Amino acid sequence: MVDVGIVGFSQSTMLACEPEKTDAEMLSPVITEVLDGCGLKRQDVDFVVSGSTDYLSGIPFSFVHALDAIGVWPPVAESHVEMDAAWAFYEAWVKIQTGGAKIALVYGFGKSSTPNDLDQVMAMQLDPYHLVPLGIKPSSLAALQARILLESGRATMEDMALVAQRNLYQGQSNPWSLRSGNFSLDALLNAPKIAEPLSEFDCAPVTDGVAAMVVATKDVAEQLVERPVWVRGIDHRIDPPAMGVRDLSDAPSARLACEKAGAHCDKLDVAEIYAPYSHQELILREVMGLASVEKLNPSGGVLCGHPIMSAGLIRIGEVFRYITEGKGDRGLGHATSGSCLQQNLVVTLEGKHG
Amino acid sequence: MSDASKKVTRFKSPTSIGYTIRSGAASGGFLRSIKEGKIVGMRCPETRKVYVPPRGPSPTSGLLMTEEVEVSDRGIITTFCEVNVPFEGQALEIPYVAASILLDGADIPMLHLIGECTPTEIRMGMRVKAIWKDESEWGHTTENILYFVPTGENDAALSDFVEHL
Repeated sequence: MVDVGIVGFSQSTMLACEPEKTDAEMLSPVITEVLDGCGLKRQDVDFVVSGSTDYLSGIPFSFVHALDAIGVWPPVAESHVEMDAAWAFYEAWVKIQTGGAKIALVYGFGKSSTPNDLDQVMAMQLDPYHLVPLGIKPSSLAALQARILLESGRATMEDMALVAQRNLYQGQSNPWSLRSGNFSLDALLNAPKIAEPLSEFDCAPVTDGVAAMVVATKDVAEQLVERPVWVRGIDHRIDPPAMGVRDLSDAPSARLACEKAGAHCDKLDVAEIYAPYSHQELILREVMGLASVEKLNPSGGVLCGHPIMSAGLIRIGEVFRYITEGKGDRGLGHATSGSCLQQNLVVTLEGKHG
Repeated sequence: MSDASKKVTRFKSPTSIGYTIRSGAASGGFLRSIKEGKIVGMRCPETRKVYVPPRGPSPTSGLLMTEEVEVSDRGIITTFCEVNVPFEGQALEIPYVAASILLDGADIPMLHLIGECTPTEIRMGMRVKAIWKDESEWGHTTENILYFVPTGENDAALSDFVEHL
């Protein structure tokens, strides 16, 4: 195994709607910032990989437009995943493992405000024969999942409200938050439901945003920054996409990814998990065994801002920040994709080298 | 009524998704200017090249361009194509000529039509100028320019525009 270190991370402020800038216009300064932080120029990067989806921008091959932000002269080695940039991070890690790169730039972008109805776009990832024609909304599916969890007796509405309360409270100290605040449990429990039993506070908000990260081999990382954060394990697992064939109150792929990424080989100081709905955090905490983690979602998680296609990379970036700021030494970053926690990716990060 | 025992072998499921696509800062500036009859590009802070229409970051350096530069509505045909094959969604009557036009002051050609001459007269390096619609018809579109026509000036030498092909 080649030791891979994260050396820099930057993101844009999460907004409900970025009216002035295109994806590339949002990305360019964020990429400049992350590279400046590591003392790098665009030309120093030998592999570039992004995560985005044309369905958000409504433009075919929209990732090609975004390449304007990385500067493609002299020509660059570039790749793209139609997934959250956490998966682009995975590809960068593999690229470095195979000797294909020493310094990789990973970025994700998306303006969820561009589609007139984001639910309609998200529904397109469902089974095209049985679910897409029904026009079923992701929030409706999530509500069914929440209902199954509640009826299993493993969680209550109050538990869900506590998740929203804690995340929104913690999001107040996140300078990039779109939504945060100090809410009473009563206010959260009594908020109008958008899909029973979910209120708007149980659901991640529609968000525009981008993020970028630089990763490098050990020798390069140690030259670039004082405290690289090391990737100790990374794993991605997938459950069946069909809603009817799995217990929606469970997430076996998250459990397995957590195990294979070696998350519990030692104590976890911090975990950032990607749970777009409050009850999904309850499921993930249970299956990923996060009860003893010292700090869960210090950023406030995606309930405070959910830029689709970079929200997963931001989870990894938040753990990186936490460790570089010396608040902890070992953490877990998690990303999800698909409906109802279908796909899960776990990264285990450590500050100490050894 | 349909026979319930009959197997479904196919069905139609039409889909449409609506979008509100925003022009962005750089394209927005270009579109606002062209409504005033001006063609505006932006200069790369690193290479100093002027891109028209601008898209925000400089595609070569990746850096955000902030300096707006007005360019001429005259320039050089760097390359062109005579379209004489009908295709679906065709908006113009064939034959017509689409050309890459390097406007004076710009470092990248923009695509437009060549009019008021026969396709056989058109050459690489030929100098052309914009023919604008009546001002009352101007909108946020390059269609404010009907087409470009030859100026009759001497052709540019290949060495003057070979970098822009």
